[in-house]
Amino acid sequence: MEYYLNLFIKAVFIENIALAFFLGMCTFLAISKKIGPAIGLGQAVVVVLTLTVPINNFIYNNILAEGALSWAGLDDTNLEFLHLISFIGIIAAMVQILEMFLDKYVPVLYNALGTFLPLITVNCAILGASLFMKERSYNFTESIVYGFGAGIGWLLAIVALAGITERLRYADIPEGLQGLGITFITVGLMCFGFMSFGGISL
Amino acid sequence: MSKAREVLLNPIFNENPIALQILGICSALAVTSNLYVTLIMCVALTSVICFSNLFVSLIRNHIPTNIRIIVQMTIISSLVILVDEILKAFDYETSKQIGVFVGLIITNCIVMGRAEAYAMQNSAGMSFLDGLGNGLGYSVILIVVAIFRELIGAGSLAGYEILPLVQNGGWYIGNNYFLLPPSSFVIIGLLIWALRAWKTDQVEEPQFKIQSNSLEAEERKV
Repeated sequence: MEYYLNLFIKAVFIENIALAFFLGMCTFLAISKKIGPAIGLGQAVVVVLTLTVPINNFIYNNILAEGALSWAGLDDTNLEFLHLISFIGIIAAMVQILEMFLDKYVPVLYNALGTFLPLITVNCAILGASLFMKERSYNFTESIVYGFGAGIGWLLAIVALAGITERLRYADIPEGLQGLGITFITVGLMCFGFMSFGGISL
Repeated sequence: MSKAREVLLNPIFNENPIALQILGICSALAVTSNLYVTLIMCVALTSVICFSNLFVSLIRNHIPTNIRIIVQMTIISSLVILVDEILKAFDYETSKQIGVFVGLIITNCIVMGRAEAYAMQNSAGMSFLDGLGNGLGYSVILIVVAIFRELIGAGSLAGYEILPLVQNGGWYIGNNYFLLPPSSFVIIGLLIWALRAWKTDQVEEPQFKIQSNSLEAEERKV
């Protein structure tokens, strides 16, 4: 149990997927003007990550990895080169299902996220987490914990940034830096803050 | 002809994918500490985006709208697998250094965004040019960031020594800040500032205009 807790804390803080690996930056910067939509998008990312990382893990370990097909009598088949396309296929399907679900049951959130929901498919945080899962060879339970933790970390980062951006409206920013420019610099400073978690060893 | 030129050159400064459209930022941050790796990444991304635009545009009239995203993803990820395998075969060292970021070209929003916004409506030739233009727009920003980071951080460019470091008997003390990934955020932020000082029409309206100090202004009138 303690091991999984450590893994979770590591995924949320030390290896924060947004601020330590810079994944999912495009939506991260575009949706961070107000806290409301930021929380909505963050929740969507948590849900998608918690679902896709374990599913990808299952598919990888049982079908794609070297020798994984031995249960079907194919001992030396290696489908590993297909992992990119299968991961992204699963992610795209999950996002489309989530989009239909929100459209039908939570139209408020659907309207708020607008064009950015399809972009969750191309949110590198989602694919990145699956690729890290493969690289670090997590097992199925670990992948559930990791997916959830990575999602929470991303949610935390985007809500923090949205909070800072809301405060920044009272600041007198030079004209050319308005909007995107100052957001970049803010995120740069936030990253430095998060680098201090790097010293913690669990 | 002039339209082709516009499609090719516009994304480089006027509608830069990174500086204006907020697309494709993730890889811009992680692979820019060394100019050589950056160049490889730029070539990889530009070739993927050109050919994905070309192929999406060729079959655009046959893609059912409901499943267009999955169709586009399939085309893009097949191209990325190709690039990944080629890179592993010919330059294994760099491939290891870039690591997951080649795979992450699939989710680079520039590729997807151009396929969705441009290639779905335009002819194959123009889409190819649009891909090339956006790839170059991305490359320009990445290369500038990489030059700053490698030169100031390690005193070299693409591994060649430009400013001799103190450790090697020279005079330059490397600034480690620029070797850390967060520095690229700050560099891109400053680049955007420079770009918008030049092209003032890209400046964003502030959400709330700060009133100038009214008392002071009245005093000046008097």
